Order: sequence, then structure tokens, then C-alpha cells
Amino acid sequence: MHELSVAQSILDIVRQSVPTDELGDVRVVRLKLGTFSGVVADSLDFCFSAISAETPLAKAHLEFEHIPFAVKCHHCQKTFENDIGFVVCPECGGVETVVLSGRELQVTEIELENEKD
Amino acid sequence: MSIITVERKVLEKNDEIARRNRALFSQRKLFVINLVSSPGSGKTSILERTLEYFNERVKVAVIEGDVQTDFDARRIARYDAPVVQIVTNGGCHLDAKLVEDALGSLDLNGVRLLIIENVGNLVCPSNYDLGEAMKVVVASTTEGDDKPLKYPGMFQNASVLIINKVDLLPYVNCDLNTLRNNALKINPSLKVFETSCTTKSGIAEWCSWLEQHA
Repeated sequence: MHELSVAQSILDIVRQSVPTDELGDVRVVRLKLGTFSGVVADSLDFCFSAISAETPLAKAHLEFEHIPFAVKCHHCQKTFENDIGFVVCPECGGVETVVLSGRELQVTEIELENEKD
Repeated sequence: MSIITVERKVLEKNDEIARRNRALFSQRKLFVINLVSSPGSGKTSILERTLEYFNERVKVAVIEGDVQTDFDARRIARYDAPVVQIVTNGGCHLDAKLVEDALGSLDLNGVRLLIIENVGNLVCPSNYDLGEAMKVVVASTTEGDDKPLKYPGMFQNASVLIINKVDLLPYVNCDLNTLRNNALKINPSLKVFETSCTTKSGIAEWCSWLEQHA
């Protein structure tokens, strides 16, 4: 997708969440990234490094919690995962299924290094 | 070491504007669809056939999105429908802000149905909510019957699939049932239409359904 503009949005969220004088202490920005978020982690990481270099956030890096594409079947109650996007239950062939996860693209937390670390 | 909990969606700015758009559409009792596909599937042609079919009986407005030119808006203007062209100058999808800005130039008096024709792209538009009621994805027979498996994100997020250019089936390597079944594996609740803008086959069925839901 647009890893560069996504990286910019992440930078904006960090700047809004951290007091200005503490931006230089940010070390890790943690994200939830779903299989079908439309974003490639390596590209996002690269873009984030590129646009944060020579800013107070130059020492920050991204960490990803990969969220699988998980689907629950209402018919047999089985939960299954895949990375191709099929929502038909592999167990019973049921089509009354609900997607539980897999489209996440969110900043969950920011880790800062304190002076005494 | 200290932790600041954030829990914010990265695309929240777009989502917020999309919510505003949705509220405006609801207030004006507008049914809005986001028409998406690869470049060249026939979105604009389907729009033309749709406008012809409704022929002012149902008032339709159109927002066109393209990287360059206003060719598509000019085609639509011939049908006397209010239309505005968004030129993205390189942007590969429409976002909620572009749509919000375009709404300011559109005369929506008496309009019941607003169709947003997105930039031709089967990838990026699936992630950007514009405030629409539903996404309608067009896949033409010339693109092959494995399209839904190659672009699952878009087919997951759509409510309707229009299989277009069915008149070309004798000349292309595309099995209609395979295409339909592949789409339904990704999204079993897809409503499927089969159309040809050349022969007008399937257009009445699509338009009747749209009119019922608008």
C-alpha cells in the first residue's frame, strides 16, 4: 500500500502522544499489523527509518505484532486461519463465518528510554 | 523505561472524515456506492449504461476519480448527471478528504444515488473508507477467473461483484463459474451480476437491484 504515507501517519501519532521534550527518548513504536492490513512490514520499517532520520525520533524503531487472518465458523464453531483470504470453513464447508482479525493497522504503545536506564 | 499506551488506528484521520461524509449522506438520504476495479474493467461504461437506464427517473450524481484528465467526467456529463472530477496527480486511490472536498462542488438537490468511481486500482482503494454504503467491485472477463484470489482484500470488502464484458467470453480464457466461485470463496455474501455494456445484457438486473436498495 502506501508505506511512506503510513509511516508519516505513525510519526504524527507519536508526536501527538509524546511530550515534545521526550521525543528524543522514544526507542520503540509498537504496532499491530494484520495479514490483510495492506501494509508490508519491511517496507514500512524502511520508510519510517528514512523519514525519522535527522529528527528527534531518529533513535526510534518499529516493532510489529503480526495479527493473523482468523475466521470463526458459526456452524461448527471452529476458528481457522489462513493468508489467502478464504472464509469458507475448511472443516464443515460452512459459509456463515465471521472474520475475527487480520485487518489491523494500529499503533499500540510507545516505549521510551529514561535517563536512569 | 516507560511505556505510553496509544491504541490508535493509523488511518484514523481518514476514518474520521469518512464518518463525517457518511453522516452527510445519511442526512441527505443519499445512497452512496464506491465503484472499484482494475483500470479498464468498464466502470465508466457501466456508469453510462446505469445513467441511461435510470434516465432521470432516479436522480444520480457522480464523483469521478482519475490520476489524470477529466475524460470520464466528460463522458458522464453527456447524461445530464451532476458530476465532478477529482484528479489525483499521481495518487492511486481516492480518500475521504478528497471526496469531502468534491462534495462542495456537487449539486445534490433531488439526488437519490451518488456513485463514486474510484481510481482504477484493485489494491489501495480497499483500505480507504470514503463514507460509502457499499463497495461495488467490477471484474471483467478479460482479466481472468483467478482475480479474486489474487486480490482478496478488495473482494472481501465489497458487497457486490459485477462481472463485466460477458460478451467477450467466447474469445477469452475465463470460466464464468470459476470466477464466480473464486469470488464467493473470499466473500460468500457477494451479490453477483453479469453484464455487458456493449450488448446491455444484465444492465437492467443490476439497475433494478440498485434502485431497490437506494
